[in-house]
Amino acid sequence: MNEYAIDIGLIVLIITACLVAIPCALLGTYLVLRKTVMIGDAISHAVLPGIAIAYLVTLSFDSWFMILGASIMGFFTTFLVEFLSKNGRLQADAAIGVTFTGLFALGVILISVYLSDTDLDQDCVLYGDISDIPNLMEGNNKIPPTVYKLSILNISTLLFVIVFYKQLFITTFDPQFASSTGISANKWHYILMGMVSITTVTAFDAVGAILVVGFLVLPAATAYLLTEKLNKMLWLSVGFGVSGSILGCLFAEYVLDTSTAAAIILMIGIQFALVFVLSPTQGIFKHVFKKAKTKKLSH
Amino acid sequence: MILAISSAIIGTFTVLRKRSLVGDAVSHAVLPGVALGFILRGEKDPIILLVGAFITGYLSLLLIDLITKRTRIKEDTAIALVLSFFFGIGIMLLVHIQQMSNSGHGYRDFAGLNSFLFGSAASIGDQDIYMFSIILLVIVIVVRLFYKEFKLLSFDETFAQTIGINIKFIQFLMTSLTVLAVVAGIQSVGVVLMSAMLITPPAIGRFWTNNLQKMLFIAIFVSVLSSYVGAIVTTETGVPTGPFIVGLLTLLALLSFFFSPKRGLAFKVIQKRKHKIKMLEENILKTFYHLGEENHSFDLPYTKKDILQKREFHEQKLNYGLKLLKRHRYIKISGQELTLTKAGITKGQRITKIHRLWELYLTKYLRIAPDHVHEDAENIEHIITPELEEKLEKLLEYPETDPHSKEIPYRQKPKK
Repeated sequence: MNEYAIDIGLIVLIITACLVAIPCALLGTYLVLRKTVMIGDAISHAVLPGIAIAYLVTLSFDSWFMILGASIMGFFTTFLVEFLSKNGRLQADAAIGVTFTGLFALGVILISVYLSDTDLDQDCVLYGDISDIPNLMEGNNKIPPTVYKLSILNISTLLFVIVFYKQLFITTFDPQFASSTGISANKWHYILMGMVSITTVTAFDAVGAILVVGFLVLPAATAYLLTEKLNKMLWLSVGFGVSGSILGCLFAEYVLDTSTAAAIILMIGIQFALVFVLSPTQGIFKHVFKKAKTKKLSH
Repeated sequence: MILAISSAIIGTFTVLRKRSLVGDAVSHAVLPGVALGFILRGEKDPIILLVGAFITGYLSLLLIDLITKRTRIKEDTAIALVLSFFFGIGIMLLVHIQQMSNSGHGYRDFAGLNSFLFGSAASIGDQDIYMFSIILLVIVIVVRLFYKEFKLLSFDETFAQTIGINIKFIQFLMTSLTVLAVVAGIQSVGVVLMSAMLITPPAIGRFWTNNLQKMLFIAIFVSVLSSYVGAIVTTETGVPTGPFIVGLLTLLALLSFFFSPKRGLAFKVIQKRKHKIKMLEENILKTFYHLGEENHSFDLPYTKKDILQKREFHEQKLNYGLKLLKRHRYIKISGQELTLTKAGITKGQRITKIHRLWELYLTKYLRIAPDHVHEDAENIEHIITPELEEKLEKLLEYPETDPHSKEIPYRQKPKK
């Protein structure tokens, strides 16, 4: 009976992890292709003060206010980075560095000064507590709110990617052509970053502010090693995200007693390493593949 | 504070080399090294921890290089990728240590390790300070010795290569120093915010100066100042040290962004305003001059209506411009009548001359159709300096008329 309960918990855990991984993998693909990964990184750090301020204003962990606060912060970050690098003669990378560390510091200060006696503590900021989710469920047999939110996020991200596939595609690969056909690349940049902020804050409970970057980048980068087609890349990215989540949950459950989110990152990272070494077109051993191919051809 | 100096020095070079975010990656990547060092030794031994941190930090840089060179993945993606991967491993190990110590497996002194995440000035012991001083000394000596090479590499890599500097070696040196600075800093500022110590002070310096040496000093000064204030405030109140210092630094950065001379936003806004006023004044004077040309006399009085008929002005702006012109003694006002002074005539003449010269220049040398040159001349007439004016005159050989066959007015009739 006891074993049965653990299994259910594990399954819920895996499902939650996948729910985090899927939208991250989708959006991450665009970040990687647009070379705006570091802005995604900056946003994931910058949502922290948004969350803290939302809490201070409403004095509750009502998720909608949090999402609102974090999205505003996300937009603000994107805007600030652009603003600093355009008007301040600061290089883009330095602008990103200054912005997100400043905002993150603000967030940590707010949390440690005003929120130290709530359950939003510094550790949770760093790596979340996804493994608590099954425990929550066992208590009252209801779907925990995080899972609920994540499901909504999944549906909206999927819709976003499907409905606006064409716009995102054009602005990603040829922003100039996009503007000539009347699609504002700038507008879509902000919309995408808005989606990233929403995703980050929703995933925040589960995986924390920093590890979410790994969820965004690693699967997408792995997929990028294998294909150049956007369509395929999206699928592969989701695939890697999901498989990494499953492996990570199992790893944290059976091998090493540790943070589940971090274990998932480890697994996705290992996937990347394998693909990096073995990829036929991009990997370290690509010349081996080429040799084999020429041999085949010469026969 | 010691760490503030070392990170400011190194940071200046990293920012100039446009590799700011690499420092970010290193500072995240030292975490697994620290954790591993802790697991191996079973206690907090600063030397082992630092060695572990150095190894993983260096490894992360190598990986970033490898990934960007070998695949189509761009640098920013590679950085984020390595960063999150190493950080993930680090967190995994840390949580593991935490779990172990909670279940009584006896790792002592865990609190000291936690300070690696957010930093705490209070957790630094005498032994640590000893270590930091050595690290700072090493950094200062190396930078002093290779100052010229570092400078060259930061500003002009290809040139450095052509004059025979061993780039690989210098890069290796710089990278090692970066890792060293990060390793020294994480304990007091924390992993996450260490990159701010690298990036923000030099960024502040960049707003104030273009000179490398000055930039170094400003960066050092700023970061020492905020570390000092930060350390004092946080040991008294219990706010985490790292975030506080970084918060201060960011505030300073924003302040310099808005108010620094030449580069600051406030300065730019003022400049823009000044230029706008200058344009307004000059445009009004020009209109006066054109009116004078039509009537073949420049001393006649005109009313506002005459001016508005000749050229469109916003009513309020025109009033403001006229007031300024009077203050600068370019015009005299008596009731409704406005008359140019001598200085006003000269200035109006000069603007008109430049305008027409420029039109001629565009048609003659750039072969632009005469009906397209007016707009451009409208803008350039406010910018051209007396030196350029002279050059234009010489180049065009003191022409008499512009493309619209209007006479070009000279102050003294040119000698042919």
